[in-house]
Amino acid sequence: MSARRIFARPARFAAIAPYLWMVLFFLVPFGFVLKISLSQTAIAQPPYTPVFDFTDGPAALAAAFAQLSFDNFRLLLQDNLYILSYLRSLVVAVTSTLILLVIGYPIAYGMARLPQRWQGVAMMLVIVPFWTSFLIRIYAWINILQHDGLLNKILLALHIVSSPVVWLSTDSAMYLGIVYSYLPFMILPLYATLSKMDASLLEAAGDLGASPRQAFWLVTFPLSLPGVGAGALLCFIPIVGEFVIPDLLAGSNSLMIGQALWLEFFTNKDWPVASAAAVALLLLLVPPLVLYDRLQRRQLGSNR
Amino acid sequence: MAGNATRLTRFNMTSLVLGLAFLYLPIVILVIYSFNASRLVTVWGGWSLRWYHEFFNDRAMLEAAWMSLSVAAVSATLATLLGTLAAVGLARGERFRGRALFSGMLYSPLVMPEVISGLSLLLLFVALNAERGFWTVTIAHTTLTMCFVTVVVQSRLTALDRSLEEAAMDLGCDPVRAFLLVTLPLIVPAIVAGWMLAFILSLDDVVIASFTTGPGSATLPIRIYSEVRLGVKPEINAICTLVIALIAVIIVIASFASKLSSARGESAAPL
Repeated sequence: MSARRIFARPARFAAIAPYLWMVLFFLVPFGFVLKISLSQTAIAQPPYTPVFDFTDGPAALAAAFAQLSFDNFRLLLQDNLYILSYLRSLVVAVTSTLILLVIGYPIAYGMARLPQRWQGVAMMLVIVPFWTSFLIRIYAWINILQHDGLLNKILLALHIVSSPVVWLSTDSAMYLGIVYSYLPFMILPLYATLSKMDASLLEAAGDLGASPRQAFWLVTFPLSLPGVGAGALLCFIPIVGEFVIPDLLAGSNSLMIGQALWLEFFTNKDWPVASAAAVALLLLLVPPLVLYDRLQRRQLGSNR
Repeated sequence: MAGNATRLTRFNMTSLVLGLAFLYLPIVILVIYSFNASRLVTVWGGWSLRWYHEFFNDRAMLEAAWMSLSVAAVSATLATLLGTLAAVGLARGERFRGRALFSGMLYSPLVMPEVISGLSLLLLFVALNAERGFWTVTIAHTTLTMCFVTVVVQSRLTALDRSLEEAAMDLGCDPVRAFLLVTLPLIVPAIVAGWMLAFILSLDDVVIASFTTGPGSATLPIRIYSEVRLGVKPEINAICTLVIALIAVIIVIASFASKLSSARGESAAPL
């Protein structure tokens, strides 16, 4: 009997405590979201009494299912606000991801080409802002972008503009904030695939007469596609539900779904509709999450 | 090796330098302006520590900072404990019932929008009739950050040479002692880095804390957030600079820990 097999047994017991923790504080809460999303909106005050009680047996359960209300979801479909905020979330996430790819790729590519010694330093430099507070980095941009902020001062001093430009509360400010915050998430997976690439492939391409540009588009880029996919999904998924950045930097006239949920919850105090919005947002994210999982698996598989 | 196709071109260098400047410039400007003597955030009035004094006399902000630090310390410790156990289970447990669900649950919070996690935890706490405050935020942060700890520790564990443990067992160690005496000391740097990461993530969170905290117990990010929504204040610059300084210290320690571990012959940590 191999030592490996003996080791597996106690190691399984190690997983019990974190397993129970995740079931209790990650899985079960989604049950509550689902339940409340199917509760009557009419009950205005939290906590919402359960629509059904599991202890009453199957008959009561059947009766309870008949009582379940899909009104909240119907409301989501009927209310323009929600449909528009879903569409806006998708548009913002797709646009930001594309911008991130265009900006992040050359940076990751440059990193992968640094001498080995400097690659670690460059990676550290990219990771550090990722560790530095999200909120503080967004706040730093507010300092720069506000009406009499640094950016307008510089533009005025250089006579590029004649009066201060409104930067804050615009879509451009929001995109800037998102790109700024998520850039490390894009660079790191790209750098991971680019740095692992076999340089001799490029030399072979060169020997066979490809110009560096041709070699890039015919060899490097296709080989880096798994990194492109991982980086794009790693950014896309959280951006769809983003709350803080659009709330602080974008104008108030159009909401993303994360903000709509927040508003419904904290301002309108309509928990059932907020829960329904959360369920819908989750459904929206299932395909990219599955895709991301597949990509990760394939990459793990190819590493072994 | 350095053929024409793999040379670092001027384009590579420029994009690298511009990219890093983009990442760092706003933070540098923020730090400089935190020493501004002027009441107006945008007018430079000379160097001063005025806004730091202001912060240390601001009771509400200090209480929020204390709340944040204690939540971060407790949740990071819990998360490190649970996350390390989870990593051991995943890296060494091989197949067990519900393994796919387990790893799925551990990886989803890494990408899940915070509004969903926050909302779902709040609904749980309401259903449990738990009083919202320090402990509910701590539990929420533990749940989120233990996933990051798991990723960091697990990657170190899989990179580790298993024959070391097997040798220990051949020499008569039972699996638990082999783990405690051989494996654990080797992954301590990853555990330290995991704790630091969990601490920083907890210190940074606005959204989940907003959902899971009760009235009168706001964390520092919640306070900063509500101030920022009202407009830029110079005191916030000072607070942010202090947070950045704290994080910088933590990063230095964490990178030292990860250097220590790569000096022991494993590949560098992903974070």
